[in-house]
Amino acid sequence: MSEPILKVEGVQAKYGDFIAVESATLDVPQGMIVSVIGANGAGKSTLMDTIAGVHKPSAGKVYFKGEDITGMPAEKLVTRGLSLVPQGSRCFIRMTVEDNLIMGSYPKSARGKLKESLERVYELFPVLKQKRNDLSGSLSGGQRQMVAIGRALMTNPDCVLFDEISLGLAPTIIKDIYARIKEISAGGMTVVLVEQDTQRAIRTAQLCHIMLKGRVVLSGSSKELTDEEIKKAYFGL
Amino acid sequence: MLEVLQNIFTAQNAISGILLGGLFAVLGVGMTIIFGIVKLTNLAHGEFVILGAFCSTLISQALDIDPILTLIITIPLMFIIGMVLQSVLINRVMLQGSEPALLVTFGLSIILQDAMLLLFSADARKMNPSYAQSNISLPGGLYIPVLDLILLIISLVTILVLTLFLRRTYMGRAIRATSDDIVAASLMGVSIKKAYAVAMGIAMATAAVAGLCVGMRWTFYPSSGGEYLLRAFGVVVIGGMGSIPGALVGGLVFGLAQVFGGASYGLLASYVVLIIMLAVRPQGLFSK
Repeated sequence: MSEPILKVEGVQAKYGDFIAVESATLDVPQGMIVSVIGANGAGKSTLMDTIAGVHKPSAGKVYFKGEDITGMPAEKLVTRGLSLVPQGSRCFIRMTVEDNLIMGSYPKSARGKLKESLERVYELFPVLKQKRNDLSGSLSGGQRQMVAIGRALMTNPDCVLFDEISLGLAPTIIKDIYARIKEISAGGMTVVLVEQDTQRAIRTAQLCHIMLKGRVVLSGSSKELTDEEIKKAYFGL
Repeated sequence: MLEVLQNIFTAQNAISGILLGGLFAVLGVGMTIIFGIVKLTNLAHGEFVILGAFCSTLISQALDIDPILTLIITIPLMFIIGMVLQSVLINRVMLQGSEPALLVTFGLSIILQDAMLLLFSADARKMNPSYAQSNISLPGGLYIPVLDLILLIISLVTILVLTLFLRRTYMGRAIRATSDDIVAASLMGVSIKKAYAVAMGIAMATAAVAGLCVGMRWTFYPSSGGEYLLRAFGVVVIGGMGSIPGALVGGLVFGLAQVFGGASYGLLASYVVLIIMLAVRPQGLFSK
C-alpha cells in the first residue's frame, strides 16, 4: 500500500455541546478511491467538513501530504490540493455555470491552468458546456452536482472529498456520475467518497471505512470485507 | 383637476426625474452591495456619503480644481477607509451575529456625524462649479441642466464599472460567490473576511461618488446623512436588496416620484411610492 496522502487521527468535532464525531481515525492512500460509509447521523459529513477546514475539530490531528493541517481554514487547504464537493452541491445559484467553474480556479495555484481545466471539465460533463451561460440555479439536481464536481476539479486538487453526491438523484444519473468519478481517479487523483448507499460505495472503492456513532468502527479493502462484517459495523450489532 | 395633473406630468419634469434618477441610483448602489454581500444594514451609509461630499469640497478648494476631478483622490481614499473599517471593526463584531454589527454601524454614523461637525463646523456647504447654472436647450422649450446631465453620466459610469468588475474579475466573482454561499466560496479559496472588506471598500467608493453628486446638487451639513440614508434605503427597497440593476431602476422611480411631487411634496411622493412597493412587491423589483 502506498503512503497515505491523508491521515486522520482521533479527530473529534462538536456543534456546541453535541458531539458529531467522537473520535475518527482513518487513512487515505494516495491515488485510491476510498469510501466512508455509515448510517444517517454517523458523523460522515461532519468529518468531511472538518477535514476540509469548514468545521474546526475540538481534538485530534489531520495530516495531508505529511503536513499537519489540523484546524486550517478551507480557503488555505484548497491551495494545498485538498478539495471538498459539499453535500447538496452548494452551487453559486445566481451565477452562470461557467462563472461557477471559473470560481474553482480562484486559488492562485489554479489560475494558470484555467483554460485546460475548463476544457477538461467540459469533456467530462459535455452538458455543462451546452449550459455554460445558464444560471446554475436553473439546472436540475444532477447537473448542479456536475457543476459542483467540476468546480472542485478546477481547483487543481490532488485529493477530492465527495460528500453524498448521489443524494436525491435518479439512479441513471448516479451511475453516470460514478463513471466520471472513476475516470477522474484513473487520472491519478485521490478520491474519498462519502455514501449512504453502501453497495455502490463498496463496489466503486478499493478501501472502505465504516462509521458508526461518530467513530470509524471498521476499515478494510473492499474485497476482503464480508457482507456480514459490514452489516454488523453499519448497524452496530 | 386635469389641469393640475398636466402641470405636474410635464415632459420637463420627466427629464429632470430621469436625470435625478442616476444620482439616487448611485446613492443606493453602495447600500445594496452591503445588503446583498455582507448581509448587513449599513446605517452609516448616509454619513459615508456626506463624508465623501466634505472630502470633495475641501480637496477642490485646497487644490483649486473642478470638484469632479477630486474623485481621483476621494475614490481610492474612501475605498481604503471602507476596507479598514470592515477589517478592523465590522468583521470582528459580525462573528457575534448581525445585530451587533448593525449597532456598530449605527454607532459609526453618530461618531462620523459628530466628528464632521467638530472638524467642518455646522455651516451649510455646496460645491458650485461654473457650469452649475447652465442649460442645454431642446426644441419645444425644454432644457437639460448641464450639471444634472454630468451627474447622471458620472453615476451611470460608476454603476457600469462596478457591474463589469463584479462580472469579469476574479475578485468580483469571489464577492458574488460569497453573497451566494459562504461555505462554498471558502472552499474555492476565497477569504470571506477579505471579500467583505473589499465589498465595503467598494460601497465606500460609491459613497464618494454619491457624495460628490449630492454636494454639487444640494446644500449639505454634517447632519445631512440621515436624509440620504433614507433615500438610499428607498432605492434599495424599490429595486430589491442586493441587485445593482435594481438600484438603477429604484433610483429612477425615486427620482421621478421626487420631481413629480414637486418642491413641497417631492419626498412625500417618493415615500408613498415606497410604501406602495412594500405592500405590493416587498421583495423589490429585481429581487431574485
